[in-house]
Order: sequence, then structure tokens, then C-alpha cells
Amino acid sequence: MFELTTSRANEMIDPALHVWGWEVPVYLFLGGLVAGMMIISGYFLLRGNGTRRDTVTYLLPILGIVFLTVGMLALFFDLEHKLHVWRFYTTFRITSPMSWGSWILLLVYPTMAAQILLRPPAWLFAHVPGVEALSRRVAAVPRAAGVIAIANFALGTLLGLYTGVLLSTLGARPLWNSALLGPLFLFSGLSAAAAFVHLVARDPDERLLLARADNVFLGSELLVVALFLIGLVTSTRAHAQAAALFLGGPYTALFWVFVVGIGLVIPLIIQSLATSHRIQHTPVAPLLVLAGGLLLRFVIVYAGQASHWSI
Amino acid sequence: MARFGMAIDTRRCVGCMDCVVACKTENQIPEGYCRNWVVQEVRGALPELQMEIRSERCNHCDDAPCVSACPTGASHVEPLGQTVQIDKELCVGCKACLAACPYGARSIHPDGTADKCTFCLHRVEKGDEPACVAVCPCRALHFGDLDDPKSEVARLIASRPHHTLLPEAGTGPRIVYLT
Repeated sequence: MFELTTSRANEMIDPALHVWGWEVPVYLFLGGLVAGMMIISGYFLLRGNGTRRDTVTYLLPILGIVFLTVGMLALFFDLEHKLHVWRFYTTFRITSPMSWGSWILLLVYPTMAAQILLRPPAWLFAHVPGVEALSRRVAAVPRAAGVIAIANFALGTLLGLYTGVLLSTLGARPLWNSALLGPLFLFSGLSAAAAFVHLVARDPDERLLLARADNVFLGSELLVVALFLIGLVTSTRAHAQAAALFLGGPYTALFWVFVVGIGLVIPLIIQSLATSHRIQHTPVAPLLVLAGGLLLRFVIVYAGQASHWSI
Repeated sequence: MARFGMAIDTRRCVGCMDCVVACKTENQIPEGYCRNWVVQEVRGALPELQMEIRSERCNHCDDAPCVSACPTGASHVEPLGQTVQIDKELCVGCKACLAACPYGARSIHPDGTADKCTFCLHRVEKGDEPACVAVCPCRALHFGDLDDPKSEVARLIASRPHHTLLPEAGTGPRIVYLT
């Protein structure tokens, strides 16, 4: 017999930790999606040397800024002392990934804005004063496209990794305490971004290219999921118990059916058939990828809070 | 430099909750919240049952994960006794420290900032004991400098069997339970 009776009943802590609600998974998903967008658009900008006017290179940074702003708004809603939000920017704490993240986010905005300014859409010229002058100034910088592309690629990678590292450094939650959470969220972000382009691009070549890329990202993500679980199961008892949340525990069906099955395996099969020209391209696959990516963040954030070291 | 900690005698503690009430009164803790609490742990099978009653609180860990996780420096190590404290003016209420603490020792105060045991540093500065230690009717709670071999806490820890909570979490907790 082992019985523990406590007089503590603090909100958000008891009976199990529940400090983060919908806001954090939504932010982690949107942050990952934007990271993927930056990497993809940076890569294609570098390859196309700024001459290609397509969804990937020029639409993604604009939508990226919108998505990131929504994500940061969700993060702001999560803060318990919103008036102190500016305190993130009065210091840099090297041991805190949240501090790293707040500074990375600050750098992400001008980097994406610079890419927009390389070739701003006509409506931006018409509605925002000063865009033309700024655009000319950016274009005048030698090798501007290359520099902006590399900056987008590098910052996108940092942003994507940080969304996972943020959780993985919290050693008190054994489920999160895996270095693979960074790569997992990075691949998930890349996959979501590729799926998003697949969904919105008008150019069939672009759609095909990104669907192919998404297959690689989905395959990599499946591999990282497997390694993540193997790592937990073969680690300490606390980590094995955390993995058990997905292996027979309360999150099993949600994780295997919705995140892995519907969010990864089924879209991978559909897109593989589409890219090998056996079936028509369908928006179903990218929609499932996006829903799966969002659900992955929810499941990891909620299950992670339920995992703990036991006395 | 002093390193404050506590030795809590589980053989003396009767779970009267005086420490909890004293803390709530001294620190004006709002209703429904607490900075310290009493745990009753029962192990074994009849007739070989073992019970331990513990007064628990923030462990003021040597390697405090809440301090590492804090993005603003609100959670910090105070020079006085190397205790873990929260600067409420810097706290944004991001709850990273709550998620980082394996002991569940922190909560969010209704004012939106993180909250936890301070070892009653405002009393200690004046030479008093923390409120919980001062009121314990069984003299089960002992507070002092763990690094001073002449201090009562150091002597008790050196002379009695003891344990800490979740040593495997690697945080170096400074609340020691005498058994």
C-alpha cells in the first residue's frame, strides 16, 4: 500500500499540473508553422535568387507575420500578469529558452518584413505609405536577396527548434525532457508549412514540389516520434511512466489515432500517391497535416503536464 | 556565505497544520492558496505499516530549475542564505517556473505573479525564525545555515537518518526530513 494525503490544493497545481491551456499549444503550432514558412521561403529565395514571384517566396512572409502575430497574441493571453509583458525585453537569460524565444521572435519580424520588401505586393504599395522607399532601399543593398534568404532560413530553424526546446528543458516534466522534442517540432513545423503551400499555391509545379517535400518532412517526423518514444521508454522509471501516457495511458487513442494516424500516416500515403501521379492532388492531405500538427502540440503540452516525478 | 535550509523532524510532527496557518497569517496568503502544506504518507501492508507526516514547502534547491527557467530574472537566488526568491516587479506570470518545479511548490497569486515560500526572509533579516518554525508546538521544524557545522540544522542532519524529496530530480533540495 502507498497512500499520499496532502493538505495542498493550489489552483493550477493540484491534483495535477495544469498551468498551460489552449494558448500555449496554439502558439507552439503557429510558431512552428511560421518557422517552417521561413525556412522554406528562405531556401527558395536563395535558389531562385529573388527573381521568382511565387507563393513560396513572396506570399509566405506576409502570411507568416499574420500567423506569428496571432500566435504571440495567444501567448500574451496566457500571461497571468499582462502589464509586465515588457519585462521579457529588459533582460536576456541564457538558461531560459523562453528568454531566447522572446528575442528570437523580435528578430523574426524584421527578417520576414525584409523579404516582403524585396518584392512587395501592389496592394501594400497602395495602402502603406513609405513601402516604396523602403523597398528601394532594401533592393539597393548588395546581394540583398541572398542575405535575407539566409537570415530567414537560419532564424526559422532557430524558431522551430526553440518551440520544442522550450518544453524539453523543463526536467520536472519527464515527457518533455527529451532533446528530440526540438527536432520533432521543427519537422512538424516544416511539414505544416509545406502543407500550407500545397493548399494555397496556384502553380501546379509549386504544389507538386511542396507535396514532395512534405512527404520527406512527414517521414522524418514519424522517425523522430519513434525515437522520442524509444528514448523515454528506455530511460528512468519516471520517463517510462511518461511514455506510458501514450502507450496504454489516457492519451493513447488521441496520440496514435489522431496525431500519428490521421495527422501523419494517412496524409503521407495520400500525398505519396498524388506525387507519383496515381491519384489527383487533394486538399484533404494538407488539411490533415495542419490539423495533426496542431493536435500534436495539444497532446504534448497536456500530456507533458500530466507527467511527473513521483515520490 | 550562509546556505539556509531546514531540518524537519518527521518523528515529532503530528500534522497539526500550525505551520500552514502561521504561514498564511504571516504572509497574508489569500484563501484557497498555501505556501506550505502537510503530507501524510502511508507505506507497507498491515501489520507492517509505516507513516510519515511531513510539513512541505519550496525546497530552495541548490540547482533551482525555476531560476533557470525564468525568462525575466524574477526568480533568483538571494544572497542572504542563497535562498530562492521572486521579484514580483519582474514576474510576467508566464508559469515556466511552475512547470519547472518538480515539487509543485509554486502557485500563481491572484495578483498574477508567481508565489512560494520565502523562508520568511523578512523575519530572518531581523534575526527571527520563519513563522512556521516559530509556531511549531512540537519543535519539529528547524531552520538555519546548512554549511555551518555548529548550527542546529547541520548537527541534526549529521546525527540523524534523513532523506530529501525526489533527490533523483537532481535539484539539490534543502529541506531535509529527519526520520
